[in-house]
Amino acid sequence: MPPLLKVTRFTAIAMSLALVFALLFPVAGSADSKIRIMTATTDLASLAQEVGGDKVDVESVARGYQDPHYVDPKPSFLLKLSKAELLIVVGLELEIGWLPPLITQSSNPRIQVGAPGYFDASRFARILELPTGQVTRAEGDVHPLGNPHYWLDPDNGLRIAKGIQTKLSEMRPNDAVYFAQHYEAFEQRLKQADQQWQAQMKPYAGRKVVTYHRSWPNFAEHFGLNVVGYVEPRPGIPPSPQHTVELIGLMKREGVKVIMVEPYFDLKTPNSIARETGAQVVVLMPSVGGEKEITDYFKLFDYDIAKLKKAFDETH
Amino acid sequence: MKRIAALFALLVFSSMAHAQDAPSAAVRRDASPARTEEARMKALEEQVRTLAGEVALLRSELKEFRETRSPEKSSGPQVLLASAHPEPGMLPASPPAQAVQTQTFGGASGNAKLLNPDISLIGDFIGTAGHNNVAPTRSLEMHESEVGLQAIIDPYARADAFISFGETGVNVEEAYVTFTSLPAGLLLKVGKKRADFGKVNTIHNHALPFIDRPLVTNNLVGGEDGIDDSGFFLSRFLPAPKNWFLEGSAEVLRGDSADVFQANRRQDLSVVGHLRAYRDLTESTNLDLGLSYARGHNNAGIGTSFDPSRFITNLYSGDATLRWKPLRRAIYNSFLFRTELVWSARDQLSAAVPTLFQTQHAFGMYSSAEYRVNRRWTVGGRFDRSGHATDARLRDSGFSGILTYWPSEFSQIRGQYRFGHLATSPTDFSNANEFLFQFLFVMGAHGAHPF
Repeated sequence: MPPLLKVTRFTAIAMSLALVFALLFPVAGSADSKIRIMTATTDLASLAQEVGGDKVDVESVARGYQDPHYVDPKPSFLLKLSKAELLIVVGLELEIGWLPPLITQSSNPRIQVGAPGYFDASRFARILELPTGQVTRAEGDVHPLGNPHYWLDPDNGLRIAKGIQTKLSEMRPNDAVYFAQHYEAFEQRLKQADQQWQAQMKPYAGRKVVTYHRSWPNFAEHFGLNVVGYVEPRPGIPPSPQHTVELIGLMKREGVKVIMVEPYFDLKTPNSIARETGAQVVVLMPSVGGEKEITDYFKLFDYDIAKLKKAFDETH
Repeated sequence: MKRIAALFALLVFSSMAHAQDAPSAAVRRDASPARTEEARMKALEEQVRTLAGEVALLRSELKEFRETRSPEKSSGPQVLLASAHPEPGMLPASPPAQAVQTQTFGGASGNAKLLNPDISLIGDFIGTAGHNNVAPTRSLEMHESEVGLQAIIDPYARADAFISFGETGVNVEEAYVTFTSLPAGLLLKVGKKRADFGKVNTIHNHALPFIDRPLVTNNLVGGEDGIDDSGFFLSRFLPAPKNWFLEGSAEVLRGDSADVFQANRRQDLSVVGHLRAYRDLTESTNLDLGLSYARGHNNAGIGTSFDPSRFITNLYSGDATLRWKPLRRAIYNSFLFRTELVWSARDQLSAAVPTLFQTQHAFGMYSSAEYRVNRRWTVGGRFDRSGHATDARLRDSGFSGILTYWPSEFSQIRGQYRFGHLATSPTDFSNANEFLFQFLFVMGAHGAHPF
């Protein structure tokens, strides 16, 4: 039966291909090398680096100037994810549009959701804007689990770092001391820096601001700002003329002089609102790496607070 | 054939068993005994370090303990959220009474639904105006309502199912389990799935950048459903030169896919092979290349005096995609150019001489481009050209202009002007001028963005 033979041969080719795939490469990984960590965002990478010191190799999928809701799941990330021992994510569905397919396709059992190498940083942070009552998309692209931009509060940074310390110590019990020491040093430095930041922001406590997206509730809460409105009519919905008019009215009534905008949004609408209201547009960085000089979690707050301070001073 | 199927099953099961063995093997490797003096010293050093570590840990725990008991800390509002699941060690020894209360509210009924899969429904409404004498479609139709169910099955697998309710019936478009914990970087999907043949074959209707499918898909690769079949889908990253990403897929399917492949006997399996090469040219530009091969039986021999199992269709394809998306302006501007070439070699009986066995060679391709003008608008175009699989002398061509508007991420309104120069015989053509429009809406779980 020649045709049967033919099919068998082709199927056999497919099978042997499978075998070749299976046997080509053993899974890499050894106990003593650096822990390979991938994070969803640069802020988590910075925190992991603080705790992990030179015992870890950290890389972030998203860049600091990128909208973390919209990241392309490029295959080039797959190679890195396939080798990662730990994946740290922001969670609260921030990465829902791009991370799940990357995790599945990485074919890395260590970082699958729920595996020991999957670390959801939101579990350790204080989360704001938890929706109450009914949640529908009439509210825009709402995050039913709470606002995912929680890392912009240094207290949360500390909580996440503590969580990372525990996780790293679990993974490398021999280096637990090292991680504990690094965490303690980080805690001390951050508390010191936070005192300075608080002092710098103290004169502006209670100031009313408008932000583009709801990226700043934790930041505003920590530094005593009062967010009274948003350029977006609803999260994830681009500005509409009607909403912009309403917002201008609100800003005039409330005497709002500062509009905080993330680097990945168009400045056209914020600028025209600013012209109408005499307010100033400040492009603040929500993440480490948003500008070249923002190389770590400390510099992120240094940068944002310096810019905010300048804007507050210039508008009053 | 049976022998080979058994071999394949054995391979799959042995690799799964291997996956579960792996951790214990790693532990054994670590525990190799120290022999030389130096190693002994090292072990001692290790011990000292561990002890020092324990001291540091105790110290930090003590500090934590003190902090949790200090009055100034407890005066601050310590909110424990229902969504936060602190690890046992993370919690202070005596949590504030308030926190305990927050957690007891509501009981577990709210969590009872948590194990439901992510459920979504995508509605796809299509309207057509103008004339097309060759392949007319309905004026208005609820083209499909696709229900998606997606969940993690267990620590070793996840599953995805997409069930499409059309105007004429229900079709399981895809339903497969993905084994994510296989050794050697293997990824195995089992079930029914769109095969990795080129690009457009893998994309669901609602995720396409056009309303219709290219002519080449309709003429050579099975139309809207394409190569969509039950079987095993195995893939793995391959070693690649620096900065390149290579992935190989090998798929064994039953052999029934729309009108491309038809299994007349149990052993008439079809196979699909795919090789994907990807490279980031810059941070915002990337190149995605693919080569595909598919082979299966067709229905040309049925009802003839020939042995039906001799009638094979071979499909070869090459695809290239160039993407540009500046990261800082990703939600406003992007550009994509894609082209796919498909060669079909179909065994059949000659139309002129019904006793003559011949192989019909047909070629088809499309090129498309789309540009995101701003957050809400995208313009696109497509050029089509394709022979017919059963008669390569019939050559269709056409082009389309596409305009898309997104009120939000969860709905989409699209218009497409389509011109077709469609062959009715080797020398006669019929021109089709059509305007298509589409309304898409998404409810439920937030799906992955197409890439």
